[in-house]
Amino acid sequence: MKQRVDSQTPLKLMIVDDSNIIRRRIERSQQIDRLEVVGAASNGREAVELFRRTRPDVVTMDLTMPEMDGIECVEQLVAINSKVLILVVSALADKATAVEAIEKGANGFLCKPFTDRQLNDAFLELLSDT
Amino acid sequence: MLKEAEIRTFIEGTTNYFEISARQTASVGSPYLVTDGKPGYYEYTGIISISGARKGIVYFSAPRGMLTVLLMRMQETDTSDANIMDLVGEVANTISGNARKDFGRNFIISVPTIVNKDVEKITAPFARSYVIPINWRTHSAKLVVCLE
Repeated sequence: MKQRVDSQTPLKLMIVDDSNIIRRRIERSQQIDRLEVVGAASNGREAVELFRRTRPDVVTMDLTMPEMDGIECVEQLVAINSKVLILVVSALADKATAVEAIEKGANGFLCKPFTDRQLNDAFLELLSDT
Repeated sequence: MLKEAEIRTFIEGTTNYFEISARQTASVGSPYLVTDGKPGYYEYTGIISISGARKGIVYFSAPRGMLTVLLMRMQETDTSDANIMDLVGEVANTISGNARKDFGRNFIISVPTIVNKDVEKITAPFARSYVIPINWRTHSAKLVVCLE
């Protein structure tokens, strides 16, 4: 059963994580009705290319990745579209990293490991103003 | 040299991983010190290099049987070798990343290196390593912390 939030405007979701398991997990576990997965990338460089092609509204972003890390990727995505909503999903549990990600333009932070409920609550909070 | 509180950080990270990802508690045995530079390994190993304020490696090593069941507990139906290797790296990454809560952001972690057959690639950079034994269901695994 998918959860509903107030506005029902469909939103495109891109998932960025170097782990295939996590990419699949987020796609499988997200229960937000209005989110439609339009693509997934395994590093920051791929993510920037996919972002230009698919123009997602919402992005989940890992931080520790090869090629280009998540912090740099957040900066680049925000430079392309400042309205994108970015949920950082990372194992890096120190407060300074979360603060840096937010300062670079991310809108939320979810620490790994996470439950399905925590993931969906994080999406609901991210989308609460849309 | 690790302090007791620092070892506890890794123990908590390990138990937290299983409680949340597998929705089942793992029992963690008493950590022990290995001084010959050979802390041992199982079939699959995810190795994280540590740099910054601390230097060394953290690795999670487990048999295929444990990793397969763990994938299934995570609702993952694809238990291919690629996903098994992905998982062992993700466990190592998650436990190491979570340790930054206590070690701070200057505990810099690499992306995981996965070792399956080339076990000679598993080399502890220092003679002394702490081994945290993990028992989950009928399986045994280990987390090895080797930091200067």
